Amino acid sequence: MPSFVITEKCDGCKAQDKTACQYICPHDLMALDREKMKAYNQEPDQCWECYNCVKICPVQAVEIRGYADYVPMGASVIPLRGTDSVMWTIQFRNGTIKRFKFPIRTTPEGSIDPYAGQPEPDYSRIKQPGYYNYEARKE
Amino acid sequence: MEKETCTFSYCERPEVIEHETDFLILGGGMAACGAVYEAVRWATPKGLRVTMVDKAATDRSGAVAQGLSAINTYMGGNKVEDYVKYVRTDLMGIIREDLVFDLGRHVDNSVHLFEEWGLPIWKKGDDGFSLDGHQAKDAGKPFLKNIADNAEREKLVVRSGKWQVMINGESYKAIVAEAAKKALEYNKKATGVDQNHFERVFIIKPLMDANTPNRIAGAVGFSVRENKVYVFKAKAILDSMGGAVNVFRPRSSGEGMGRAWFPVWNSGSGYYFGLQAGAEMTLMENRFVPMRFKDGYGPVGAWFLFFKAKALNAMGEDPAEKYGDAVERDYPGYGKAMGTCLRNHVSMISMRLGEGPIKMQTHTAMDAMGKGFKEKLGDKVGAKKLKHLEAEAWEDFLDMTIAQAGMWAASDIEPDKEPSELLPSEPYLLGSHAGCAGFWVSGPGDIQGAPKEWSWGYNRMSTVNGLFMAGDVVGASGHKFSSGSHAEGRIAGKNAIAFILDNTNYKPALKNKVDELVAEMYLPYEIYEKYKNYTTSGTFSPNDPRNISPHYIKPDMYQKRLMKIMDEYVGGIATWYVTSKTMIEEGLKKLKVLEEDGARLAAANLHELLRCWENYHRVWAAETHARHILFRQESRYPGYYYRADFPKIDDKDWKCFTNSRYNAETGQWEFKKVPYVQLFS
Repeated sequence: MPSFVITEKCDGCKAQDKTACQYICPHDLMALDREKMKAYNQEPDQCWECYNCVKICPVQAVEIRGYADYVPMGASVIPLRGTDSVMWTIQFRNGTIKRFKFPIRTTPEGSIDPYAGQPEPDYSRIKQPGYYNYEARKE
Repeated sequence: MEKETCTFSYCERPEVIEHETDFLILGGGMAACGAVYEAVRWATPKGLRVTMVDKAATDRSGAVAQGLSAINTYMGGNKVEDYVKYVRTDLMGIIREDLVFDLGRHVDNSVHLFEEWGLPIWKKGDDGFSLDGHQAKDAGKPFLKNIADNAEREKLVVRSGKWQVMINGESYKAIVAEAAKKALEYNKKATGVDQNHFERVFIIKPLMDANTPNRIAGAVGFSVRENKVYVFKAKAILDSMGGAVNVFRPRSSGEGMGRAWFPVWNSGSGYYFGLQAGAEMTLMENRFVPMRFKDGYGPVGAWFLFFKAKALNAMGEDPAEKYGDAVERDYPGYGKAMGTCLRNHVSMISMRLGEGPIKMQTHTAMDAMGKGFKEKLGDKVGAKKLKHLEAEAWEDFLDMTIAQAGMWAASDIEPDKEPSELLPSEPYLLGSHAGCAGFWVSGPGDIQGAPKEWSWGYNRMSTVNGLFMAGDVVGASGHKFSSGSHAEGRIAGKNAIAFILDNTNYKPALKNKVDELVAEMYLPYEIYEKYKNYTTSGTFSPNDPRNISPHYIKPDMYQKRLMKIMDEYVGGIATWYVTSKTMIEEGLKKLKVLEEDGARLAAANLHELLRCWENYHRVWAAETHARHILFRQESRYPGYYYRADFPKIDDKDWKCFTNSRYNAETGQWEFKKVPYVQLFS
């Protein structure tokens, strides 16, 4: 299901230091037309439909349309990703709507302190099993 | 054709940035993030610099970029030894048990860290039903790390299968990346370097040491955003650049080509990097053919293991029951506990006999669970639990394969009302999931019974000094999945620092001339600029289907040529995974010509330059795969591929590792058998 960008909504992230969808796409698909200041998917047949561009867009301008070579038309799956949960709205071809909310994180974004409360490395054990903070299981 | 060279007569010369570090981590996925986390802790007090190079944005790079609905490797109350036996059965009897055991005894710590960092892990409620990560927190369920005993942890997690724990994993990668980025920041401040995290830099090849044979000294790549080339020098390097996707023609041939089961951006770069450095490979004939929900490739694990659904053919029969005896007859000793490939095999028998389609009976499974809830809890509470179950079924897709949710919605399929079709996919090359194609690496050295040749001092180091491996590129050690890849990255990262500390006087000196490397990398640019005006359609971007020229090949066509060769000659879907000596030999001839034509790839922009090099890497990963299948004269993995000329599993001659090495200086491949040794019986 390749991503597409709704012309009216996209502002090319002009208020940000970089285009969000272009920054995040793992496959380098999203490009910015600098004349129009609109983003677009430059290679739809390489889209994994990971939805990262959809989730990150600050103005909800990016959506997904099912891969045209096998998906019937008329359905949509739209996320609204917050700081601790994501809300999904699924619309079926026949009009049925389902809505789900799932947790995504139990700590505030940016709060990780990777070595807080963890021990110092013991260099006498660097060639032995285990990590700096963990003894490998023995059984 | 005449050989083209890049003299920057047509395209602009890029700026060259040389960056020296101590430990260079290539890749940005789970293994790379694990390596950063562990290595920085050991490196920083010693003043050693750690650098990570990712071709994408680390928050959402690698195989977990989309998220996951389960962590597939968590020991908990299980025995590590039993994990080894399970992996061995699934991979048809040949694995490096030292590596797998080593992974198993470490992996839980990574899972405990993920939870501490903020990953919501399901817990069992007091009523025995599952709580999602938020509900568990609200109910005061403790973190797994705060429970002292493995048996007690086992009681708290929600298992789908024996080794899997359920999570709310939409942000799994973002969380793991945040910890890695913070670790890099800590190392950067302590060592005073300007930059140690490079995003959107694509690594094209390894650089060997000028003075010491078989010693890696660096890596070279280019920015996908700016006209810049990067030459990295390092004392140790980790290759964690993932497996290979889209080397075989996929079942979808239009837009749906992107909907690969494994991430479409896994371009075989990890395999290419190691093999060009001369590292020994093992079991590269292995592949994974996932049987998944048709077209959308939604996961089936939770449906089989958690919802207890059955996959039945059109006659309502379970192919595993109907054809299980045939498996034992054709492959004696392998029919009782079937590996994943053999479960594919029975479904394929049924399909070839015209009994398809095979459908996952989602509706009867949910109906049975709903009835159970109502009997246990009464109608009202039972109905509520069933509603929660329906959400869990959708979450399984929405966390990790959103396309499948879209496919269901577009087809008006509600899983509680009707079944869904399954189909085996095109083949994939990988070493972290249910496959084991990769490099031959040093083991931990302390596992009883392991041959001493399996360990050469530094855990997870390849046969090239200073070059470490983790994740998809480690061979003979599958079923690591996300947590195991992180755990393996940590093992490799720690050992790389040990290696650097043992070789403090080493100073990397590059064999290659930087100017030549830059010209090599930018050749597709030069070719495009040189010839774009030759035809009337040449000025269209090479991605544009109207662009045609006799002087160059476009990256997407190059990929399609590769996929067609592999599909038709090396056992793809076109032949129901069947190949033979003569077919592979014919395919290898075509691959050689394709590799030569790689010198005629064209790119109009950095995005296309990325695609040129990715697809060139794919060709080499594919050739290695083909050569390994040719070498192994048996059908070790029925259901993944079949050698029509050697249809049996031949334990007498082939229950062994098949190792290869490519000599970049002579262009020769060397193959050998290495004995398999069972360590856990």
